[in-house]
Amino acid sequence: MTFNAAALLLLVAGLALIGWLAGRARSVLLAHRAGNKLHSRPQYHGWYVALWLFAPAILFLTIWSAVSPALVTNTVLDSPAAQNLPQFGFERAAILADARAVAQGKQDIVRLEKSAPLVRPYVQATRQYALIGISAMFALALAGGLYAFTRIRPEFRARSRVEKIVMVALILASLVAILTTFGIVLSLLFESIRFFKLVSPSELLFGTQWNPQSGAPVKDTFGGIPLFWGTVLIGAIIAMIVAIPIGMMTAVYLTQYAKPVVRKWVKPLLEILAGVPTVVYGYFAALTVAPMLREFAVMIGISNASTESALAAGIVMGVMIIPFVSSMADDSINAVPQSMRDGSLALGATPNETIRQVLIPAALPGVMGGILLAVSRAIGETMIVVMAAGLSANLTANPFSSVTTVTAQIVKLLTGDQEFDSAKTLAAFALGLVLFTVTLLLNIVALRIVKKYREAYD
Amino acid sequence: MTDMTSSELYIADPKMTAQNVNVFYGEKQAIKNVSIDVSTDLVTAFIGPSGCGKSTFLRTLNRMNDTVAGARVEGKIMLEGEDIYAPSMDVVQLRARVGMVFQKPNPFPKSIYDNVAYGPRIHGLAPSKADMDVVVEKALTRAGLWDEVKDRLGESGTALSGGQQQRLCIARAIAVDPEVILMDEPCSALDPIATAKIEELIHDLRGKFAIVIVTHNMQQAARVSQRTAFFHLGTLVEYGKTTDIFTNPKQERTKDYITGRYG
Ligand SMILES: Nc1ncnc2c1ncn2[C@@H]1O[C@H](COP(=O)(O)OP(=O)(O)OP(=O)(O)O)[C@@H](O)[C@H]1O
Ligand SMILES: [Mg+2]
Repeated sequence: MTFNAAALLLLVAGLALIGWLAGRARSVLLAHRAGNKLHSRPQYHGWYVALWLFAPAILFLTIWSAVSPALVTNTVLDSPAAQNLPQFGFERAAILADARAVAQGKQDIVRLEKSAPLVRPYVQATRQYALIGISAMFALALAGGLYAFTRIRPEFRARSRVEKIVMVALILASLVAILTTFGIVLSLLFESIRFFKLVSPSELLFGTQWNPQSGAPVKDTFGGIPLFWGTVLIGAIIAMIVAIPIGMMTAVYLTQYAKPVVRKWVKPLLEILAGVPTVVYGYFAALTVAPMLREFAVMIGISNASTESALAAGIVMGVMIIPFVSSMADDSINAVPQSMRDGSLALGATPNETIRQVLIPAALPGVMGGILLAVSRAIGETMIVVMAAGLSANLTANPFSSVTTVTAQIVKLLTGDQEFDSAKTLAAFALGLVLFTVTLLLNIVALRIVKKYREAYD
Repeated sequence: MTDMTSSELYIADPKMTAQNVNVFYGEKQAIKNVSIDVSTDLVTAFIGPSGCGKSTFLRTLNRMNDTVAGARVEGKIMLEGEDIYAPSMDVVQLRARVGMVFQKPNPFPKSIYDNVAYGPRIHGLAPSKADMDVVVEKALTRAGLWDEVKDRLGESGTALSGGQQQRLCIARAIAVDPEVILMDEPCSALDPIATAKIEELIHDLRGKFAIVIVTHNMQQAARVSQRTAFFHLGTLVEYGKTTDIFTNPKQERTKDYITGRYG
């Protein structure tokens, strides 16, 4: 007998259903017998019993399935058969894993000679703990169900209880996202602190040489400036030079000139563009745009142009960001009251003058917020730069040369053979922290601007 | 009905004339066969219950209905003898000649100065900065706002009070030196004191511009206008001297409306 979680889940769900029916029936019966009205409708009593039956049991099952493997292993290690195992290290772990695989039926025969005697203890221990777990779970389910069942009275406020439980569940669900973010930030922070014990923060932030080596940290090899510059060049300069004008013009066209039919089709199309996986943009940048740009550069006499260029990555990233900018600009222009437009037109301004002199200035704060959000997205974008921008840390303003970005370097640092405590690997976390901080600040500023702007027209 | 009274209401030199005007929104007819004259020497008030088409008709006079999808105008509207719906008519110039003030003050989010200078700049009325200063001061003075804002012309127009904003919008309309000013319930968002100021202003502007004002306030129509047009369900029920309309209406429907029986 193994610990089959899916089957157990079904079983408990079945019990909960019975609980639901029983709870409902009992509430009706009691009300009938006492001759007074139920406070809550019968199904709430049913839900109350079902939830009490289901929730504690499932909670226990989750915890149990996380801790029981460790308990099983401990028991096996205590058994006489485990006495002549190698004390530590790789071999011991391999033997245990081998025995476990056979015990669980994932493997037919043992691959290592020494694991054979362990199979039996493994099977026994597994069975033993599964039995304990399952019994405990059913006990809990029954206890919970009975507790709830006995509390049913006609005047019992089952509805408010159920609603409270549902609310708690919703809160827990929303906490998952928040706590996960929090956990990610904490892990970034801890790993970064480990890095900064090896390399000073000022070197990372202000150093100009980026050439991380494995092993003990070498001085002047962790300077982040070339990466920061590459990130800014691609994400904040080239991409924005592409995205801002095109995105704005799109928005102006869609809000002011396009017929409703056109608008109805173009807006969803733009949204689809925003949903294209970035790796596809990456291909496009690396295989189409970059070679074209290189030929162009050679043609105009830049002989050292590389196939991986800041320009290729930046342009494609700009294209990727266009829908984002245009949709933010669209919203902001739409938020400018119609009366503003009428006022201008009534003075004899042409639609064009109205857009340039009234609508865009009035929408500008909102558009600025949108652009900041776009920048923060662009600098966090990874796939395009990994594929098209290159990995050499050049500190150059020449858009035809290869540059690298923070995200591309994080990927480089974390792929391949790694020891997870060398400065080289830890540097990825420190870079991640810098990136996270910058994007966070950008987002906060952008959202405040947008919010303020919205208030101005409400 | 207008024919019956036209002799005593004869306007020698009308600024604008509308003849048999129909306005449609898609299939729905909002204005039915309306004819009216507007003079520079007289203020004309449009009154009538909500939804009767006052704004719609007002907006045909400077072709603001062009901006409404599906709106269609039939009939003839002349400005100084020129058909404003003729293909040769330039809407931009028309709107420079027939200005408009809206129900809700709608200053641009620009400085007070730039709000007033906006129109003249677009139409190239003031080539130099010094000329523009003169235009702006004159318009603000005429709108009775100069003394209140002369020390803060650089501040945003949206930072003014509601009444000041509305006078700023009037100044903005005056600044392009139009021939006609259309006002659609210009005081409905204002308190009594601000309203009184605007009414006084309309009084002062009479004779310099042909003024047409839509209002729901009978006393206001009586105070500021010399001619009143009563609209009902898209038709012009009665048009006449303001004093006649209010003291001696010829039509039963007018009387009912004036005495507050409906509307
Ligand atoms: N943009 C539009 N599209 C369709 N119908 C419209 C539009 N604007 C107005 N109408 C209709 O035309 C009729 C006249 O409206 P209008 O706004 O001219 O009335 P009004 O007399 O100004 O009313 P109020 O005193 O409430 O301002 C109404 O029935 C209205 O529903
Ligand atoms: Mg109206």
